[in-house]
Amino acid sequence: MTDTLVRTPSPSAPIASTPPTLTGGPPVGAATVEARDACAWFGERLVLEGVNLVMARGEVTALIGPSGCGKSTFLRMLNRMHELVPGAALDGQIFLDGEDIYGRGMRAQQVRLRVGMVFQKPNPFPAMSIRENVLSGLKLARIKCDDTEALVEQSLNRASLWKEVRDRLGSPGGALSGGQQQRLCIARSLAVQPNVLLMDEPCSALDPTSTRRIEDTIAELRRQVTVVIVTHNMQQAHRVSDRCAFFLAAENEPGIVVEQGPTETIFTDPTDSRTRDYVQGRFG
Amino acid sequence: MAAERTPRFVTEEPAQVDRWFDRITLAAGVVVLVLLTLVGLFLLLRSRDALSVTGVWEFLTRAEWRTDVKPARIGVLGLVMGTVLVAFTAVAIAVPFGVLAALFITEYSSTRSRRYLTALVDLLAAVPSVLFGIWGFRFLSAQIEPLSRWISRHFSWIPIFATGKHPRFSGSIFIAGIVVSLMALPIVASVVREVFAQTPPGEKEAAFALGATRWGMIRLVVLPFGRGGIIGGAMLGLGRALGETIAVALILPQVAQVVFHILENGGATVSGFIANRAGSDDFTTSGLMAAGLVLFFLTLGTNMVASVVVSHSRSGAGVEL
Repeated sequence: MTDTLVRTPSPSAPIASTPPTLTGGPPVGAATVEARDACAWFGERLVLEGVNLVMARGEVTALIGPSGCGKSTFLRMLNRMHELVPGAALDGQIFLDGEDIYGRGMRAQQVRLRVGMVFQKPNPFPAMSIRENVLSGLKLARIKCDDTEALVEQSLNRASLWKEVRDRLGSPGGALSGGQQQRLCIARSLAVQPNVLLMDEPCSALDPTSTRRIEDTIAELRRQVTVVIVTHNMQQAHRVSDRCAFFLAAENEPGIVVEQGPTETIFTDPTDSRTRDYVQGRFG
Repeated sequence: MAAERTPRFVTEEPAQVDRWFDRITLAAGVVVLVLLTLVGLFLLLRSRDALSVTGVWEFLTRAEWRTDVKPARIGVLGLVMGTVLVAFTAVAIAVPFGVLAALFITEYSSTRSRRYLTALVDLLAAVPSVLFGIWGFRFLSAQIEPLSRWISRHFSWIPIFATGKHPRFSGSIFIAGIVVSLMALPIVASVVREVFAQTPPGEKEAAFALGATRWGMIRLVVLPFGRGGIIGGAMLGLGRALGETIAVALILPQVAQVVFHILENGGATVSGFIANRAGSDDFTTSGLMAAGLVLFFLTLGTNMVASVVVSHSRSGAGVEL
């Protein structure tokens, strides 16, 4: 307790002299996610068709495209959150470091532990303290940690929130501002040390300053975690991502990936005219 | 500059419709309060005869009911004790079952069956208590006696489960409590389900996305959010259990003594006692009014606490009692 209070942290570098180790958590390091011919339905309606996409280890992949083209649905297929929606169905395969996450003997809980998620609307557990919020994933998955205080500090640091909350780790998570709550959610996801972090429009409910800090966080997470981010903000996609995938759905048609590639190419020299129109802000 | 400014308060005459609506709602609210006050006043005035003979303190602390001696020796202690014991037995059974039923409906059942189950629970809450009472009296109590015997054999070291040498297990507070719990159960389940259903979906998703099992999510999100609702539902169930009349009037022997051994034949409750003795001479009636007054305050207090707790439980921050 007192030990953590007297330390003088810098916001970026991990402070703890020996990083905390988890037992019973996901394997260490970033993982590659690969979608092969992924399709999704809600009831009878096909909303996403034939997506082939590789989200490489330690890279940031941005999913862009207008509303209702299946980006969020695709994202939620990557950690098996899609199946929680009543009537949701899917086809195709999603591989996490070569393992089919929808394969036999794979449990959704295992997958979600390895593939963390941050939602559009910040959703910390409001009655829990900031510390309890960060550690909630460990509690749920019965993961042991040799130094929880260091883990709390490390996770909050990686989410660029430590400096603002280090003096009030015991106060409720619901009392933070919107931007802080979102970073608390990022810290909560990072505490279980996932291989992949999915972000579903994480900044759309936030002010520009908070948005900036979350983008900084993404930049620092690069290489340690594979990040897949859905965003409507073209500049943001340009700033944070290594690769981009452009989703589009024609009227009454399922969403497809029109074009994918390195972010620079997508923004400066796309092959498809629809991609060019979209990234230049002509529609969507 | 700022000091020279004077704040201007903007007000507007309410529209004719709003003014009338104001008056009507106010009148409706006042009528309810007036009725409540009148009931209290009526009980107070009619109980004066009995209370002036025995004295208020003696009435509250005496556990016998003898009108054949002069002066009469009547008191509600045994009745109140019986009422509280029956009610707590009922709530101790109804709350866990009610919470589990609510959890099943909100979290485990399919979307389609959820509608029917919800309607079913609400329907159960509307079944007249006399039906539960007669069923409990004619059928259920005989089925419970072996359970009573078993509990008394293995748990008699717990004081309230102790029994005399040759106990009779029929007509006990335990049996009355179980029958009353059947009536409290739908109310508890209904209130708790209502609160559970309002759990913010974002928090549930957050728990799932962290790798929670359904039970883990319930423990982390639904139960903390619904804690106020569980407390409120328990107290509403308690309110119903305290006032329940017909089943206990049928089951318990209605003697005005303090009974601690809940598995054994014996005991009485205020409402059951009133139902049994109603229509006697004027003095007894006055005594029953006084007993009713005690019950009135008991249930009023319980329900008020319950409504406060339930109304504060929506925030999700939980309620500290």
